[in-house]
Amino acid sequence: MNRFLIPFALFIFLLIMLGLGLRLNPHEVPSPLIGKPAPGFQLSQLQAPDKFITPQELKGQVWLLNVWASWCVSCRLEHAALMDLASQHRVTMIGLNYKDTRLNGINALRELGNPYQVSGFDENGRVGVDFGVYGVPETFVIDKTGVIRYKQIGPLTAEVITEKLLPLIKELNRA
Amino acid sequence: MHKIFLLLLTLAISVCNAQSVPGNSELDLRMMRIAGELRCLVCQNQTLADSNAELAIDLRKQLREKLASGMSDQEVIDFMVQRYGDFVLYKPRLQPSTWLLWFGPFLILIGGLIFLVFRIRRLQNEDRS
Repeated sequence: MNRFLIPFALFIFLLIMLGLGLRLNPHEVPSPLIGKPAPGFQLSQLQAPDKFITPQELKGQVWLLNVWASWCVSCRLEHAALMDLASQHRVTMIGLNYKDTRLNGINALRELGNPYQVSGFDENGRVGVDFGVYGVPETFVIDKTGVIRYKQIGPLTAEVITEKLLPLIKELNRA
Repeated sequence: MHKIFLLLLTLAISVCNAQSVPGNSELDLRMMRIAGELRCLVCQNQTLADSNAELAIDLRKQLREKLASGMSDQEVIDFMVQRYGDFVLYKPRLQPSTWLLWFGPFLILIGGLIFLVFRIRRLQNEDRS
């Protein structure tokens, strides 16, 4: 009996490790940018090409950067949640229109509604790369000093917003 | 007739390839060597060099520009790690968080050897008695 005990214990250990492995999502790569200052950029505004947007203007407030595109199906999935967030809470939400065309981007907002104060137009995706974007939609929470505090990879849901985003924004606003 | 068809086919294939394969300049080769060590974040089991994902194509273009502007190989790799984390490295760096990864197999080997030595000694003692 005793001689089977060790192999059996090892087997159970292996099962537990494999079980834990199954629950991990390899597509959620932890961002090295969390806790670091958000990369600087200056982008033309999607709806007003002659105006610009830079993160410097947003110093002193907590804001969200939502990376989206008209061609991105999951962005449509999260759009209703974004609209709710924008209408029900006082949150500064900036869009990053990623690898899109101006026309398609503007039309998408016209069709679905515009939850953003303003969207930056990142035509070639350079700003996206600086933010380590690899799967749209992605959302960053940036604090008053311009430091990235949270990154959501994939669509925001009402659940993520109420359980993670809003408490974090509240906490950061108090700081 | 067949020969002409074959000729056209090979021409068509070479044209297709010409679009996706970068040039053979020293810069391109250097870029592709670096891209071969980096993971494509979109299709995670492919290298940046192998992937045809749009992000991979963009990133290869940027890597090439960085090299052309005089950055060293290491600086270009650091550029990627700063944005996408250690996960982009197919060859993990030697650092405290990867010690277990690098030295774990040797630990298991040593553990196995110790187990074996004790086991053999015990068997020998049993034989004698």
